[in-house]
Amino acid sequence: MPTDLTIAAAAERLRRGDLTAVDLTQTALDRIAATDGAIHAFLTVTPDEALAAARAADAALASGTAAGPLTGIPIAVKDVIATAGIRTTAASKILADFVPAYDATVTRRLKDAGAVIVGKVNCDEFAMGSSNENSAYGVTRNPWDLDRVPGGSSGGSAAAVAAGQALASLGTDTGGSIRLPASYTGIVGMKPTYGRVSRFGVVAYASSLDQVGPMTRDVTDCALVLATLAGHDPRDSTSVHRPVGDYAAAVADGVAGARGLRIALPREYFGEGMQPAVEQAVRTAATTFRDAGATVHDASLPHTEHAVGTYYILATAEASSNLARYDGIRYGLRAPTDGGLLDLYRQTRAAGFGPEVKRRIMLGTYVLSSGYYDAYYLKAQKVRTLIRRDFEQVFAGSDVIMTPVAPTTAFRIGEKTADPLQMYLSDVFMISINLAGLPAIVLPCGVDEHGMPIGLQIVGPPFGEEIVLRAARAFEAATKWHQLRPPDLAERKPPN
Amino acid sequence: MKISVEQIRHVALLARLALTPAEEEELTTSLDQILQHMDKLNQLDTSAVEPTAHIVAIDTPWREDVVTNAPDTDALLANAPARDDDLFLVPKIID
Repeated sequence: MPTDLTIAAAAERLRRGDLTAVDLTQTALDRIAATDGAIHAFLTVTPDEALAAARAADAALASGTAAGPLTGIPIAVKDVIATAGIRTTAASKILADFVPAYDATVTRRLKDAGAVIVGKVNCDEFAMGSSNENSAYGVTRNPWDLDRVPGGSSGGSAAAVAAGQALASLGTDTGGSIRLPASYTGIVGMKPTYGRVSRFGVVAYASSLDQVGPMTRDVTDCALVLATLAGHDPRDSTSVHRPVGDYAAAVADGVAGARGLRIALPREYFGEGMQPAVEQAVRTAATTFRDAGATVHDASLPHTEHAVGTYYILATAEASSNLARYDGIRYGLRAPTDGGLLDLYRQTRAAGFGPEVKRRIMLGTYVLSSGYYDAYYLKAQKVRTLIRRDFEQVFAGSDVIMTPVAPTTAFRIGEKTADPLQMYLSDVFMISINLAGLPAIVLPCGVDEHGMPIGLQIVGPPFGEEIVLRAARAFEAATKWHQLRPPDLAERKPPN
Repeated sequence: MKISVEQIRHVALLARLALTPAEEEELTTSLDQILQHMDKLNQLDTSAVEPTAHIVAIDTPWREDVVTNAPDTDALLANAPARDDDLFLVPKIID
């Protein structure tokens, strides 16, 4: 099936003319129709716009004016990313009918590259969650096991790629929201360095941490999509002026890219509470790298145990400010009320936000409130400095850091919903990387005893996307984990 | 307990959230648990540490003060919950 192809393979067939963008797009739309009853990755499917974009792509391919390798490639976009004229809900009731008047910069870049957007995909409400169970529109299911979560918050983005509904997707990552679902669904996902990709038009959760990134079937595709997304945007004052690296060249060496790499394994990322198969897969990955000519050494990130506390102070504080804009006045839901303005605000936000969003707004408001600011918010900003320094010290003697993505593989739907703190702790190996603003990729490195995918995380220094991609491609070229696909979904129905 | 139900009510007012009694009770329990976890940060001496607000040092960017988007009132008001001609309609706020 052509929607199981990588972007690189599909682009080659499109160039040769033995596949058309319209056929490829129609196959994706058919696949969505056949499988999304079971998966529920999509909140909005856009067949008319997708087929129009595909026809334009076919014309560009025929006339030799195609913009690049994404021309005619079906891609799904997380529903926190603005798409002009297409409903963008952030998986929240408060934006149920919101239709943006403009494209996010990343949406615009995909369109300019000739990509075909097939629809908007599910996530945790306002990207707040680790399982996709916080969507106001129902949970997305993991294509490998429909009883399990796809991870969050970009769960729909991950499931769509894993299930062959799109060749790639965009996710966002504030505290692991690209990398955890990529790991849980056996695909590749990358969070770029903070500032590498524009946040303009992305529904804000925690502005000092949010980044958009690619979710793909392999590392080469990840490099292709990142090359399209990356670059300075005058509309995002935190996007940087640095030149964009040559990501295609970074993945060109295959397994030889591992030669001479100095890889650090942080000891705080292993131990108690870890599923043995996960630790085993990461240790085996270290051996794979050694066999390919890399050196692997132990290292320490001593403030790791404080990352979750630090993150949930800073992220919820920023969220409480960012979400103040949903007031029922200019856009979004407005609750009916007989009272005055204050009552309108309180009833609108009570009706429009789900339980986890309310919890984070409450937490963020509390840590910023009078008398608690120094104890929580300022303290967390200082610990953020310590966490950042931990990484600086390791990178002084290493090219990349390699870690597990999460202590376990994908958990069962409902397993952690009763205990918010336990859910937060599933992000423990990803959150420090957001706090330090670093680039990190996740790629498949094994399966556990239930056949569920295990992910490997490779972290680089600031703006080290090229070395991260080079290391990831070397591992991929030496292994076959990226070729595994979930069991066929065409005939499966959601379990009761 | 780190937080009382009275504090939850006060924070909910600051956050402009109307909560049900069941939500107040659940949030008192869950915020208490989360804040206790956060208190582990106090094990660290940060008296000599500078705070990090943003990971990339960026100067305030400047641009010419010119309009860059075409004024499209209808497109911008299309999402308004209530409008009257070119205006947002809101409840009466001054008696």
